[in-house]
Amino acid sequence: MTTPIRVLVAKPGLDGHDRGAKVIARALRDAGMEVIYTGLRQTPEMIVNAALQEDVRVIGLSILSGAHNVIVPRVLELLREKQMEDVKVIVGGIVPDEDAEELKKQGVAAVFQPGASLDSIVQFIRSAVAA
Amino acid sequence: MKTAERQFTTISGVAVQSLYGPEDLADLDSSRDVGESGEFPYTRGIHRDMYRSRLWTMRQFSGFATPEETNRRYRYLLEQGQTGLSVAFDLPTLMGYDADHALSVGEVGKCGVSICSLEDMEILFRGIPLGDVTVSMTINSPAAVLWAMYLAVAEQQGIEWGRLSGTIQNDILKEYIAQKEYIFPPRPSMRLVTDTIEFGARYAPRFNPISISGYHIREAGSTAVQELAFTLRDGIEYVDWSIERGLAVDEFAPRLSFFFNVHNDFFEEIAKYRAARKIWAYVMRDRYGARNERSLKLRFHAQTAGCSLTWQQPYNNVVRTALQALAAVLGGAQSLHTNSLDEAYALPSEHAVTIALRTQQVLAHETGVSAFPDPLGGSYFLEALTLETEQAANEYIRRIDQMGGMIAAVEAGFPQREIAAASYRYQREIEAGERVIVGVNRFQSGDEPIELLEIDENAARTQCARLDALRRRRDRAAVSQSLDALRRAAEGAENAMPFILDAVRAYATLGEICDAMRSVFGSYQEKTHL
Repeated sequence: MTTPIRVLVAKPGLDGHDRGAKVIARALRDAGMEVIYTGLRQTPEMIVNAALQEDVRVIGLSILSGAHNVIVPRVLELLREKQMEDVKVIVGGIVPDEDAEELKKQGVAAVFQPGASLDSIVQFIRSAVAA
Repeated sequence: MKTAERQFTTISGVAVQSLYGPEDLADLDSSRDVGESGEFPYTRGIHRDMYRSRLWTMRQFSGFATPEETNRRYRYLLEQGQTGLSVAFDLPTLMGYDADHALSVGEVGKCGVSICSLEDMEILFRGIPLGDVTVSMTINSPAAVLWAMYLAVAEQQGIEWGRLSGTIQNDILKEYIAQKEYIFPPRPSMRLVTDTIEFGARYAPRFNPISISGYHIREAGSTAVQELAFTLRDGIEYVDWSIERGLAVDEFAPRLSFFFNVHNDFFEEIAKYRAARKIWAYVMRDRYGARNERSLKLRFHAQTAGCSLTWQQPYNNVVRTALQALAAVLGGAQSLHTNSLDEAYALPSEHAVTIALRTQQVLAHETGVSAFPDPLGGSYFLEALTLETEQAANEYIRRIDQMGGMIAAVEAGFPQREIAAASYRYQREIEAGERVIVGVNRFQSGDEPIELLEIDENAARTQCARLDALRRRRDRAAVSQSLDALRRAAEGAENAMPFILDAVRAYATLGEICDAMRSVFGSYQEKTHL
């Protein structure tokens, strides 16, 4: 039996809208992954520390407030500082196309915008971790 | 798909028959359940003539970047015929942090306007006479502070508080349940809410000190019945606390207002509003012995469902919003916000918000639907659905009563778990194609690009610079004295509003005032319920 993929679902920033994060966490769990959900109002430092402690392969960041251009680069920077570049970072939420392209250039593995299917997210994580 | 085998349900999963007739209303007692518009139990509406005597208030929720920019948008909306204002604050303001707090980085002015002190509030309403316009403010955990700033601006404009009319949302229970913008633990938060209700009843009797909100519960993924039940049960909790404080029910109940979502399922939404009025009228009369007719009447604001807007094919959102707005009007809303087509992407552009306002104006002036109260009343289907909705909501209310009330239910994670389960079920139905979202899981095509509002990145800098200048200029002794007095009041049991007003008038900042209360009340961390 293969070991399940461990994923940290995190909700950074001040935004409390956690419907998406919770739905994703459940869907990944139903797909056989081990999901750790951080809860609300996590700083980039708290998220990266949790990822280290929990030894996850993937960090999923849910951001709906428009603060992604500040928060996501900081998470990437901290991962580099801790030599955790092998952890894949995916972002879900209200992220305009130009910002999504820019975040991918900086090292984000994928950005899932509103309307993305749960299945596409599960498939992406499986293939990204296998690669 | 063969229709014969298909199970038809409302968007909330309530099974519906293929046809309704008189036999479905065998249990319905016309005077007990329906009545006339303007009469108990107000199922058909709270006014006899409804919109003939007074059209609903067209109130577009708006706010972004600095107070200067939002003030410009307000003046534009008023010039375009909007009849009330509705303030959207940014996340730092909602959480009681100043723009220069470490946790505010990246968030200043993004989801609404940034307000850090009385100075910002003065700018926000510059040139807008507060005696002539009704203002609604979507603010919860620090509501008492923002309201105090508003009252102080009215003082400066020379307007007596007794003339002010408007609403602060101030509904902390739904924050623990759904929206999660809380600062303090539930009990001190409820004490602050009760302080504002008491203060309002004494000094600002035309202002609604609370808007008990189902909107966010629905946006978090609840069903229509859950939205209705949790909201009304929250209302019961506020009434209990106010009575405990020593207020008579008819002193404050006429000023309790409500706020509901309008989602896609047309009839289910109309049934929800009819059931809401009826349940509340019976609760107020029979549970609390209210005598004043205005205590029995549930008045509500409605907003079209933000979560129903799609990123794909955004122009379809104009159609969705128009149909939802029609349901709100047929359901007897007192005021309405229509979402803009671009709000799955960003805060709305001026162009998009104008279309949203025009949608309401077309509805009000061209369709004829505003000429009658409850035009769908008497429909076999709608009456049956109203009864069913009422019964299901009352069942939830009984369960929460048995748990010991809403605070106990929230602490046990009950409403949170019910909502999370409903939202996951709904998402699964969309994934399986059982629910069609046009442009998302069927009828897909390329998306047309639309112009979006860009939030000025300078907003954070402007706000921080203004704060810095304020902190240098103000009377520091007066600020620290007022904050000390507030801390002592918070430790005791007296009404905190006069102390908050003094701190606001001394130009203590929002963050400083909330910190003073945090030092006494503590901060709340929820247990996560997946």
